[in-house]
Amino acid sequence: METSERLPQEHRKLFRERMSLGLWFKSGEPWVWLTATAVGTSIVAVLGLIGIIAVKGLAHFWPADVITFEYANELGAQMIAGEVVQSERVPREQFEESGTGRVLDFSGDPTRLMIKSGNRKVNAPDFRWIYAHDITKREKQQELITFERLEWGNAYGTIVELRQDGVAVSATNPWRELKARIGRVVDLRRQAQVIQNRSIDRINYKLEKLRLKQRKRELQGNFKTSDLDQQREQLNQEYAIKERELNDIGIELDRDEVVIAIAGGRQSVIPVRNIVRAWQPNAMNVFSKFGHYCASIWAFLSEGSREANTEGGVFPALFGTVLMVLLMSVLVTPFGVIAAVYLREYARQGVFVRLIRIAVNNLAGVPSIVYGVFGLGFFVYLVGGTIDSVFFQAAKPAPTFGTPGLIWASLTLALLTVPVVIVSTEEGLTRIPKALREGSLALGATKAETLFKVVLPMASPSILTGIILAIARAAGEVAPLMLVGVVKLAPTLPIDGNFPFLHLDRKFMHLGFHIYDVGFQSPNVDAARPLVFATALLLVIIIIVLNLTAIALRNRLEARYREALN
Amino acid sequence: MTENSLPSESVIASPSGVKLAAKLVSSTDTRSPSELPADDVCLKVSDLALFYGSNQSLNEINMRIPRQRVTAVIGPSGCGKSTLIRCFNRMNDLIDGVSITGRIELNGLEIHNQDVDVAQLRRQVGMVFQRPNPFPKSIYENVAYGLRLAGKVPKSELDDRVEWGLKSAALWDEVHDRLNDSALGLSGGQQQRLVIARAIAVEPSVLLLDEPASALDPISTLKIEELIADLKTRYTIVIVTHNMQQAARVSDFTAFLYLGELIEYDATLKIFTNPSERKTEDYVTGRYG
Repeated sequence: METSERLPQEHRKLFRERMSLGLWFKSGEPWVWLTATAVGTSIVAVLGLIGIIAVKGLAHFWPADVITFEYANELGAQMIAGEVVQSERVPREQFEESGTGRVLDFSGDPTRLMIKSGNRKVNAPDFRWIYAHDITKREKQQELITFERLEWGNAYGTIVELRQDGVAVSATNPWRELKARIGRVVDLRRQAQVIQNRSIDRINYKLEKLRLKQRKRELQGNFKTSDLDQQREQLNQEYAIKERELNDIGIELDRDEVVIAIAGGRQSVIPVRNIVRAWQPNAMNVFSKFGHYCASIWAFLSEGSREANTEGGVFPALFGTVLMVLLMSVLVTPFGVIAAVYLREYARQGVFVRLIRIAVNNLAGVPSIVYGVFGLGFFVYLVGGTIDSVFFQAAKPAPTFGTPGLIWASLTLALLTVPVVIVSTEEGLTRIPKALREGSLALGATKAETLFKVVLPMASPSILTGIILAIARAAGEVAPLMLVGVVKLAPTLPIDGNFPFLHLDRKFMHLGFHIYDVGFQSPNVDAARPLVFATALLLVIIIIVLNLTAIALRNRLEARYREALN
Repeated sequence: MTENSLPSESVIASPSGVKLAAKLVSSTDTRSPSELPADDVCLKVSDLALFYGSNQSLNEINMRIPRQRVTAVIGPSGCGKSTLIRCFNRMNDLIDGVSITGRIELNGLEIHNQDVDVAQLRRQVGMVFQRPNPFPKSIYENVAYGLRLAGKVPKSELDDRVEWGLKSAALWDEVHDRLNDSALGLSGGQQQRLVIARAIAVEPSVLLLDEPASALDPISTLKIEELIADLKTRYTIVIVTHNMQQAARVSDFTAFLYLGELIEYDATLKIFTNPSERKTEDYVTGRYG
């Protein structure tokens, strides 16, 4: 056939003409592809990262089925119930050389499953690997219950009996009865919490204030204590009353116990006061699972952490992070804006100002841990120490401000982020048309009036851009915070009902540090791992939300001034 | 100083251009400004010289600018017209490296005196720039801007003054129902009249107009010129313009500036019909270059 012989030749010719490599390079096309590839790679990397964090973090809250496995290995027949956390292939050689002496009766690599079997106290360890080929029976028992406990992690089992004051209670539906009793405990715990927060903490706070007052008098040589003693006596009485109430609640809390049967034949007694929640995952349908899922996420966001941060929620860390970032923004904005206004509007432009500008830009490149060390040395020890010896003499030797705390962390981060605010504010100031400044001055405005009424409002979008960048940087920062105020576990939030409500001297928890702590300092890595992802996801979401808020605000302002700037 | 070519809009191509421009002159003033009685002089400039660093931009300027008249300053680009009128409200103070010698008296008071408050001076000597520069605020706030600076004014009085300013600038009818809209939504010509309203709301005695119509279309230009004719009954107006016909139409007196020197300053009619200087004649007939 003539045509079919001619075609490839023509194609080749066409290809030579069109796709000559030299021509292709000349056209600039490769650079378009190169830049597009770079952008594409970045997007894939970012979305992939967020995707992994989101999938792993969010999956943790789904009420997983509890499966009862019967399996036989070199130790004999066994039984275990738990959630499948992970499954992976083990290289055949590794299995064969592991010393069990067993031979695989199939080809290929064996699979092993990680089972979260809970019941840490009676059945340690609570995470186990079992080989898929060892499993003889899998079963989803409908009546299996997952207990989330205040201590010792999860428990899995079936109800044997309910006990009240040590005596077995007969109930037609033990599961319903148990749920009712858990509900009662939850109420009691809440009552105890209220007494603790509203009364006991307040009384303790006042007693401490009294102690400081007395100490202050002593330092001044005044040893009159009768009025203070009287107040103290009154507080102590109040305290005794509240303590008794708490004790009563404690006794009530101790009333119930539940005995559960654990796969493998053992039994375990769980005090009901230790149960946070209980559910029957195998009996739940998709909707009730979803309800449980949402409740779990809410609990994660709203509760404090337990068990060395490996269980429970992240509320204190969430609160601390947001508060610290807001405080940092409040501190960095005036600093940065004033500095930029001076550099751009008032300082005589010359070598010196240029040097300062270079120095400011370079400050942004200093490793953040250096800021942490500086913050510790300057803010905490020098400034804080001085404040202590001037205003808080009575509290000594215990430091008040001379120790890492919220204010110092915020100031350190403000220092860390001030260059970006200065740079973008300066850019905003240079963009204001001269005509508008002159228009204002020609109407009899002074330079300062022009600045406040015309220039700064118009520069506000740029200032906000600076703050956005500052927030993005500060919210993700961990290293310097470890030195100037963040702790693994803060007993109190930096904001509470005691005057002055915002306690700048307190230490606080932070999501970034929480990730580090839970992920790498945790005594139970397997239990903590999902929380690392969930916390990381939360931190990313917070940064995104803070940024989007600021961006939306900036866009609104920008729309207002766009025409005037062009 | 570098020599500049003439801007196209000022060209009156033929020698008969003198007559053409002369026909446009509306003013009946024929006296030379130097013959004016002292009482009629609003701004008196004596031996004014201005340097940018070591560059001299204005040299030996002597002018008597009459009260409640329009004085036009013409000349090729870069000759120092704007620089000259910016001396009158001390806007040149804002530029680094500018030094001024000589005297400028406003109603007999030297404006460079130590005890002169520059803000106060600028309230008396209002200025309108080449490009409309309304603030990115509402129409109302633009006009109220200067009033608020002067001190606390009761809301009702502020309303009255804003209305008065807008009426004086012949803008009230067009904007009275949208005072709270952004001033940036107005057309260029409206913006320029708004800026004039803003300047006269603080009741200055002198109004400096720096090429106020050069960025506008012909109809807006006409409106501005009509406005100038209205305003001169109340204010002393100094207008810088590139447009010879405009100078002829609106002004009573005209100053011709060339390379920082005041070549000729006389009644507009005289400048356009019978200039004493050769350079002036060449310029107004467009023969310059």
